[in-house]
Amino acid sequence: MKTAIVVFPGTNCDYDTQYACEMMGSKTEFVWHKETALPKETDLVILPGGFSYGDALRSGSIARFSPVMKSVIDFAGKGGKVLGICNGFQILLESRLLPGAMKRNANLHFISKHHHLKVVENDNDFLKALKSGDIVNIPIAHGEGNYYIDDENLQKLYDQGQVLLTYCDAEGNPLNPNGSVDAIAGICNREKNVFGLMPHPERAMETLLGSADGVSMLAGLFR
Amino acid sequence: MKAIVNIQLKQGVLDPQGKAVHHALGALGFKDVEDVRIGKQIVLKLDQNDPEKAKAEVKEMCEELLANTVIEDYEIEIVS
Repeated sequence: MKTAIVVFPGTNCDYDTQYACEMMGSKTEFVWHKETALPKETDLVILPGGFSYGDALRSGSIARFSPVMKSVIDFAGKGGKVLGICNGFQILLESRLLPGAMKRNANLHFISKHHHLKVVENDNDFLKALKSGDIVNIPIAHGEGNYYIDDENLQKLYDQGQVLLTYCDAEGNPLNPNGSVDAIAGICNREKNVFGLMPHPERAMETLLGSADGVSMLAGLFR
Repeated sequence: MKAIVNIQLKQGVLDPQGKAVHHALGALGFKDVEDVRIGKQIVLKLDQNDPEKAKAEVKEMCEELLANTVIEDYEIEIVS
């Protein structure tokens, strides 16, 4: 299996993501944003976290127009699996590969801490190694993670099983760190091949670093 | 020719910055403030002398990049 990890100017989670993918048994290849094609035999594309283009204008808004994104959009259109983590999620929203948009966190703070998440839907290639209702502990680190979607499209997300993860406390009670609609932390597209989440599973691969829950969270993509 | 683009969160989309500033103004004793909305202004200098063409071009820029129309509204003002 080969994972293409896209690197934009300002990406800073590329090496953590590589570490996580290789731990899960995948080969990896970094793809500079100016490339116009993905590596041959790419099975999974990851848009990692960071601050592409310094978050100028809106997070992810400029990265969306990088040359490589055309290939990523084509890849997704053909059913290829794409995962966007944090800034990668923001880029997927700006690219309209996923519905909705991000706003500044409700308390205006950059939030960096471990947070519990509840698995809402596991009937997809991303979270199939977990069960609905499972609670995982994964770090979050973002200033613009306040997910917004209008009521009509929110209903569609639920109806089509696209709400993947919500923020919660250790017991699974609702706990919303950033003001996101329904405390949503991660979603997918209707076809269930494009996934986006604000939390960082690639930073939760070793118990020594606070949590290894990222291993079970990512396992589905590498089966 | 100059174009001024004003971008704001749509009505009904909660504005966290506006809310914080509203609260701060209240704390400073400005009790008459009913609502605060914070947006951004983008000023473009264009090599274009036809105001209609300029406006059409800037509208395209707004739809493609300058605004995120999922959550933001924009207004374009052309000033010569």
